[in-house]
Amino acid sequence: MKQYPAREFCLKCLITLVLIALFIVVSFVYLSFNPLALFTKQAMSDVVIYTARFFPPDLSPSFLQKVWSGVLQTLAISALATLLAAIASLFLALPAAGQFGRSAKVATRFFLNFLRSVPELVWAVLMVLAVGLGPFAGTLALALHTTGVLGRLFGETLENHSPNASQALRLAGASNTQAFIYGALPGIYSQLLSYSLYRWEMNIRMATILGFVGAGGLGQILYYELSLLHEQQASTVIMAMLILVIAVDMISNKLRRVQMHSLG
Amino acid sequence: MKRVVYFRDPDALRRFVLTCIALAILWPMMQLAQFDVFALFEVSNLKVFTNFLIQFFPPNLQLSFLALVLKATLETLAMATAGIALAMLMAIPLGLIITYSLSISRIGPASGHRIAKLGRYLARMLMLLLRGIPEIVWALLLVRVFGLGPIAGVLAIAITYGGMLAKVYSEILETENTLPAKALLMLGSGRINAFLYGLLPSASQELASYTIYRWECAVRASVVMGFVGAGGLGQLMDQSMKMLNGGEVSTILIMFLLLVLLADYLSLIIRRQLA
Repeated sequence: MKQYPAREFCLKCLITLVLIALFIVVSFVYLSFNPLALFTKQAMSDVVIYTARFFPPDLSPSFLQKVWSGVLQTLAISALATLLAAIASLFLALPAAGQFGRSAKVATRFFLNFLRSVPELVWAVLMVLAVGLGPFAGTLALALHTTGVLGRLFGETLENHSPNASQALRLAGASNTQAFIYGALPGIYSQLLSYSLYRWEMNIRMATILGFVGAGGLGQILYYELSLLHEQQASTVIMAMLILVIAVDMISNKLRRVQMHSLG
Repeated sequence: MKRVVYFRDPDALRRFVLTCIALAILWPMMQLAQFDVFALFEVSNLKVFTNFLIQFFPPNLQLSFLALVLKATLETLAMATAGIALAMLMAIPLGLIITYSLSISRIGPASGHRIAKLGRYLARMLMLLLRGIPEIVWALLLVRVFGLGPIAGVLAIAITYGGMLAKVYSEILETENTLPAKALLMLGSGRINAFLYGLLPSASQELASYTIYRWECAVRASVVMGFVGAGGLGQLMDQSMKMLNGGEVSTILIMFLLLVLLADYLSLIIRRQLA
């Protein structure tokens, strides 16, 4: 049984707390934002009037069809991007795990870190410049960011995997490629797959909003309808986003439970 | 002697069928995503893009622009901090409502069981709505009410992260040692007291460290939210991107990376201090 003795007076904690509180107050002051201003009659009525414009949502068959195709496009963007990223990461994992020497490892890690630190939306803006408006730009943007994440995870998996099997193959005369495919890959395959599926889940969420910069999917429909002040259509799209995100969440939770169950 | 090499794969048929199925799924997907590798190498696209990239070096380091970037950076930090503070204000009551280990009606047969259940259900639905819609969508919607600028961003962070924090708070409170709280409740103390004296002492560190972690995420999110006009570094980057000013974009990108590193570092320090 864990015991919780009474806390002693702690000056350091007190200072930290005061600093954090100060930081929060300064933030509000810097933004000249008074949260109480949200509860004035004017602001409240603004919000209510604006919200009312979203109802009722447009559920006409033709628009629903458009939203459905947006959902499919979002799924396609995320799946393709994850697939591309997984393939690229498989190649980058080898240098990232230090199989081609130390300098290659450092260089690859730096490259992957760079890919990962630039947010998807920034990549999307760049890719819209590179290939024009449309879902292909979104696919590339997501693929670039995901390569950064998966490449590092794959590399770490490979590094932590015991090298005995591939070493044995190499000693028996197999080339580096063969040693990787037959020695290392079977052992880490399931781990890589589970990382990829996890990223796919996050990418579905991301793909719904990439459209804000013109990179296809549900977000593009939402942005378009909101720009035209079609709030009722926009609310349908938002509902579709919500349903998509919740469905993905539930499925992945269920799968995770099944997986944990089968592992014991 | 002739040497014959047999490549006989016992699993060949299955592999072949699986490959065919994969291709059959992949093809329509590529159609949907308008997958077109050649668009990458189209001359007109290539020219615009390479011109833009060449401008990235050197980054724009004029003092007037740097001052602008610094102001936007501070704004981003302030947005994240204010947003998380509001999110906490929302998350604490919501989280306390849905925490099972603080439920009085679950202890035994009580008259208010149905009402309590309904309240908890409604709170859960509200949280799902808050965090199910991405923060940038909230920002896009709020910009139309509160105008362009950081206030929409702060509120968007508060809404999304409020939902997330409430869920995680209740999860933390349920996985900690719940016996002290239960004992207090059974002896007749109120929910608030049971929380303050039964749960908070053992869970406070985890709660605080998760909140700090979310602050770090909020810094990242508030950068991105500028793209829909919600202030901060993102808005500045959006403007520079639209003008195809590569030098400015690269300065902002460098600043962004530094900011994320700083947030990482700060949150690490604070969390270590809590431990």
